[in-house]
Amino acid sequence: MDKLIIAGRTFRSRLMVGTGKFSSNAAMAAALHASDCEIVTVALRRVDIDNPQDDMLSHIDPKRHLLLPNTSGARDAEEAVRLARLARAAGCEPWIKLEVTPDPYYLLPDPIETLKAAIILVKEGFVVLPYINADPVLAKHLQEAGCATVMPLGAPIGTNRGIRTRDNIAIIIEQAIVPVVVDAGLGAPSHAAEAMEMGADAVLVNTALAVAADPAAMAAAFAKGVQAGREAFLAGLGKQRLHAHASSPLTGFLRNEA
Amino acid sequence: MISSSPTLGSATFSDVITQYPQDEILEQIHACSTSQVEQALSAERPNLRDFMALISPAAQEYLEPMAQRSQQITRQRFGNNIYLYTPMYLSNECNNGCKYCGFNASNKIPRATLSMGAIEKEARIIHDYGFRHILLLTGEASKLADNQYLVDAIERIKPLFSSISIEVYPMDTSGYAQVIEAGVDGLTVYQETYNPELYADLHPYGKKRNYTYRLDAPDRAGTAGMRRIGVGALLGLGNFVSEAFYTGLHARHLAKRYWRSQVSVSFPRIRPADGGFAPLEIVSDAQLVQMLCAMRLLLPDAGLYLSTRESATLRDNMMPLGITHMSAGSCTAPGGHSKDASATEQFAINDDRTPEGMNAIIKAKGLEAVWKDWDTAFLNRDTAVANIHAG
Repeated sequence: MDKLIIAGRTFRSRLMVGTGKFSSNAAMAAALHASDCEIVTVALRRVDIDNPQDDMLSHIDPKRHLLLPNTSGARDAEEAVRLARLARAAGCEPWIKLEVTPDPYYLLPDPIETLKAAIILVKEGFVVLPYINADPVLAKHLQEAGCATVMPLGAPIGTNRGIRTRDNIAIIIEQAIVPVVVDAGLGAPSHAAEAMEMGADAVLVNTALAVAADPAAMAAAFAKGVQAGREAFLAGLGKQRLHAHASSPLTGFLRNEA
Repeated sequence: MISSSPTLGSATFSDVITQYPQDEILEQIHACSTSQVEQALSAERPNLRDFMALISPAAQEYLEPMAQRSQQITRQRFGNNIYLYTPMYLSNECNNGCKYCGFNASNKIPRATLSMGAIEKEARIIHDYGFRHILLLTGEASKLADNQYLVDAIERIKPLFSSISIEVYPMDTSGYAQVIEAGVDGLTVYQETYNPELYADLHPYGKKRNYTYRLDAPDRAGTAGMRRIGVGALLGLGNFVSEAFYTGLHARHLAKRYWRSQVSVSFPRIRPADGGFAPLEIVSDAQLVQMLCAMRLLLPDAGLYLSTRESATLRDNMMPLGITHMSAGSCTAPGGHSKDASATEQFAINDDRTPEGMNAIIKAKGLEAVWKDWDTAFLNRDTAVANIHAG
């Protein structure tokens, strides 16, 4: 069976879902259900993490979903590390989606502070899933630091512009020794399918669901996009054919063999 | 089903290889269709499944388009350059019993381990040919040519060369760190065969009998920070398709895991040697070309080496297909360059053209011979600065 394995834990679904920007917690819960996702990320700044009665948290079924707290809003490594420790102290599993985004406009991740925080958090025993720009060398540094995945962005968060960083994501996938999760910028199920066809191990989607007219229906559509893309990748996509060469200027010498 | 993105994590190659059982791999490769080969040829980034198609029997009809693609990728990544190096044998003493090797401990041949003076003499001759990249070789005889002997040799010749590589017995991580510290930037370790049963049969005694220790030597060198790491199978021992697959898998593993190191692959075909060992499998020129081109498509950035084991004609024909590094002016006996050697060769070379001769041939192919592409300053800043002040 084709399973996604992150830090030794097995997942059936390759679609991860974020919980921001929904019009209501009920709409969010419906989207989570329809997406059939197993990993749900929650901004620590949005919830009262040590209160089980928290309105958003109470809409996330811990039996169905692994709660993946994220450090969204952290401007540097120190803030991100503090948020992660807070989540663990509140009894969350030690999984953390590391986001360090000092730029409040495009919310682009800071590579230097992200690496600093990742090194500290891995040492403290966290399973670290860092959100990064599609930078292959940064991805290698983070893998080497012991991160459980790398999560390169397709386009700036919330833009729904699809995989604009395609060439760099392809390099990251080619060289990765941990699962690659394409995060941010995926605006349509076809974008998710494209990431999976490229060989990404999973995708994370939030805005595209939250702002859809029918979030639950869109979540179901994304689940299908992810599934279709993955199946196409495993089946071995038909590639665009190059023209065949009739003559053999480079290998003609082999005919004299034997 | 082979996943194209297996989670390798921090595993060494002896862990990785267990995920690819030989029987299953061979079955999958032999089942590859021409349509899979065509897809692999058109892939933007050929993956391991594409590589399997490219080394399969089905790909034998596609050697010309493979060669075209391989040449195009090579020119794009390396330009019109062929890097030249030459080997220097320091010792033919050996405690191993490798059945295919002229230095086999059971062979009654004259043995020699060069003194530091003799090493310098050889090194100066090689330097005068124009080489600044040198490959040092020994057998495995820990009492006569050990890490300290190598370090002494490296320090003795370091002023003459910008890049020193070694092809010696496998070391532990601290041994590799020691030679890097002394000035080594490249390592070659051939696994000979990736088939453990055949390996056991061909290596009846000696330290080399330990398959796994040798298999993980490149990982240990990578851990120690070796800049260039080369692997290869001795072609003519195991099943061709199987050896080609595991060589590619090994190189790919190293490139991913030790991402600061440049990985290279060699394609040594077995040559006549003392002891009279006959190849167990015949690897044809066409198969050699197939393996070379498939490797280039899998590993666009890898150095691909072709030594003087091959004939001048074949080397000239293969030069444009994706080869990046070639040896020249080679001699496989210790002291061979000074022509005062009493010891015998490891194997008989096939292309005995001089370095200047090779240079001319390379130029005639529209390529540029590169004699120096590294500097010891990368490894030893103090020395470089001291040299500038001194000079």
